[in-house]
Amino acid sequence: MHRAHFPHRLLPWLLVAPQLLISAVFFYWPAGQALWQSMLREDAFGLKSTFVGFANFRRVLSDPAWLNAIQVTAVFSLLTAFFSMAIALFLAVQAEKVVRGRAFYRTLMIWPYAVAPAIAGMLWLFMFNPSFGTLAWPLRQLGIRWDPLLDGEQAMTLVVAAASWKQISYNFLFFVAGLQAIPRSLLEAAAIDGASARRRFWTITFPLLAPTTFFLLVVNSVYALFDTFGIIHAVTGGGPGKSTETLVYKVYNDGFVNLRFGDSAAQSVILMGIVIALTAFQFKYIERKVHYG
Amino acid sequence: MAEISLRDVRKSYSGLEVIHGVDLEIADGEFVVIVGPSGCGKSTLLRMVAGLEEITAGEIAIGGRVVNRLEPRERDIAMVFQNYALYPHMTVRENMAYGLRIAKLSKAEIEERVARSAKMLELGQLLDRKPRQLSGGQRQRVAMGRALVRNPAAFLLDEPLSNLDAKLRVQMRLQIKELQRTVRTTSIYVTHDQVEAMTLADRLVVMNAGVAEQIATPAEIYDRPATTFVAGFIGSPAMNMLPARGLGDALEVAGQRLAVPAPAGRDLILGIRPEHLHPAGPEEPGFELHVQAVEWLGADAFAHGSLADGTDLVLRTPGKAPVRERDRLKVAPDAAALHLFDAGTGRRL
Ligand SMILES: Nc1ncnc2c1ncn2[C@@H]1O[C@H](COP(=O)(O)OP(=O)(O)OP(=O)(O)O)[C@@H](O)[C@H]1O
Ligand SMILES: [Mg+2]
Repeated sequence: MHRAHFPHRLLPWLLVAPQLLISAVFFYWPAGQALWQSMLREDAFGLKSTFVGFANFRRVLSDPAWLNAIQVTAVFSLLTAFFSMAIALFLAVQAEKVVRGRAFYRTLMIWPYAVAPAIAGMLWLFMFNPSFGTLAWPLRQLGIRWDPLLDGEQAMTLVVAAASWKQISYNFLFFVAGLQAIPRSLLEAAAIDGASARRRFWTITFPLLAPTTFFLLVVNSVYALFDTFGIIHAVTGGGPGKSTETLVYKVYNDGFVNLRFGDSAAQSVILMGIVIALTAFQFKYIERKVHYG
Repeated sequence: MAEISLRDVRKSYSGLEVIHGVDLEIADGEFVVIVGPSGCGKSTLLRMVAGLEEITAGEIAIGGRVVNRLEPRERDIAMVFQNYALYPHMTVRENMAYGLRIAKLSKAEIEERVARSAKMLELGQLLDRKPRQLSGGQRQRVAMGRALVRNPAAFLLDEPLSNLDAKLRVQMRLQIKELQRTVRTTSIYVTHDQVEAMTLADRLVVMNAGVAEQIATPAEIYDRPATTFVAGFIGSPAMNMLPARGLGDALEVAGQRLAVPAPAGRDLILGIRPEHLHPAGPEEPGFELHVQAVEWLGADAFAHGSLADGTDLVLRTPGKAPVRERDRLKVAPDAAALHLFDAGTGRRL
């Protein structure tokens, strides 16, 4: 490694200052605020706050509603990560087989990524709204009692579908790149060794995609955990009951709707811990995760 | 074990034909080498036999069974790729056992076969390593082993040695030959290296631009090349090609008359291998060679020069021969070892 030498001691600091400033304003300051806020209790009118230490955390951690949110989040994240990755992988494998118009096909696949989460949510809501949704009527014709506004499981299905749909493009891109990095001759050798197309996929392609899959698993978990607020807000608003209220949504609900700032702040501090853990996990393992040469 | 036959096999890529009808009959247990310059269609031909490329026209049969419509896995062949194509996430053992497990052989049988092939190829110590922990030569041997364990009807090898250094290449060449002698499996071997081709082949297919120019034993290809292309491609340094004219009972070449009968009035090409030229006696008709460069290789030397009319000529002399740069000497061809080709078609007369 070569160490860069600067003529001034000040210059390097000036160069990184904008980045530091942005981090400070948009991360450290609000994070610090949340941390401070999570140790305060406001009175009912918001006039006065008192320092209460970890009391907020204790209450949140023993709150059945919060424990419910954890369960909802786990189900929602797992389903979303699984479906968005499985469908993207399937489409990427199919796209590999397309000979003519491959670029056009891929471009089409990438579009949903450009749609904002809330808009994506609205789109799915319009399609599946029980009273005016385009696809609600056919569903009922099929004998399904479709009513996501009352049925929690159906509501979950709908938000998972919307959240997965939006993430498929992203995963698709990575899977296509991952597939292209697998030498053709490996699959040809397997074909000659007697493996059927299905077997080639599961014994050669899939294991060799492991680094991509692992990376996407982390990215998709983070996405499902933290970036799906817009979709849930647009489609179900956390309901019916609390059946689609994820951790992030609960932070919003408690803080901005119910104005319980202390609880809300304590929850966001916990969330922050989760993000940091996930990121650390990714950095630690993704770099040295299976590297073939 | 099986014979392989290709009948008027053709291949087109989006309307453009790159293999123009190849006929080839390979006997059971025979070692056939396909040789030719880059881009002539060697790999394409081999991949059609393997079932990795569709056959545009014609017919390929392995062991008497037409395989045109069969998947690679239904053809009972094994292939060694130029880049070895070892499965990077499997150990050497797993690489070798992959095909056997698919064939649903018993555990004991797999174990036994892997051990036997590993022994033949001296892979015993490496069985638990991953491909990335192997040297190029070791990878090559694993690729051979993976083909060998399956005990297929035929081996197909596409430039299996081209990624190795010169010394290892010679070693592996001998090993492959020996291996094929032992197992006697029908083999097709693709290379662009003529030494590999000459040393390995029972029979040689010399290809040029999608056409099999000549199919014969190495000796016959060397002694009686069917076309000027084959004559120039096989042999190093390449055969001397001199424009000539037939005079009925003689041949006019570079202003000289050679007492070689040749059809009167025809434009011809006279081929003389460098080793078939010798210093001419005082009375002997010969060419005046102006030597420009001498390559000394130890056992022998090659003198590169030109004739009075500017035609280039290469002469092989014993290593101790006193030929020097800027020498002028008279050389004469060995009358019994001349090759005559039609100047228009390039075919041997
Ligand atoms: N997928 C393809 N699409 C179009 N043309 C192709 C394709 N594959 C091969 N060709 C053409 O077919 C011809 C023969 O190619 P091939 O790979 O068989 O050559 P080769 O003799 O194996 O050459 P090398 O010694 O360089 O490996 C070449 O002109 C090549 O450009
Ligand atoms: Mg090739």
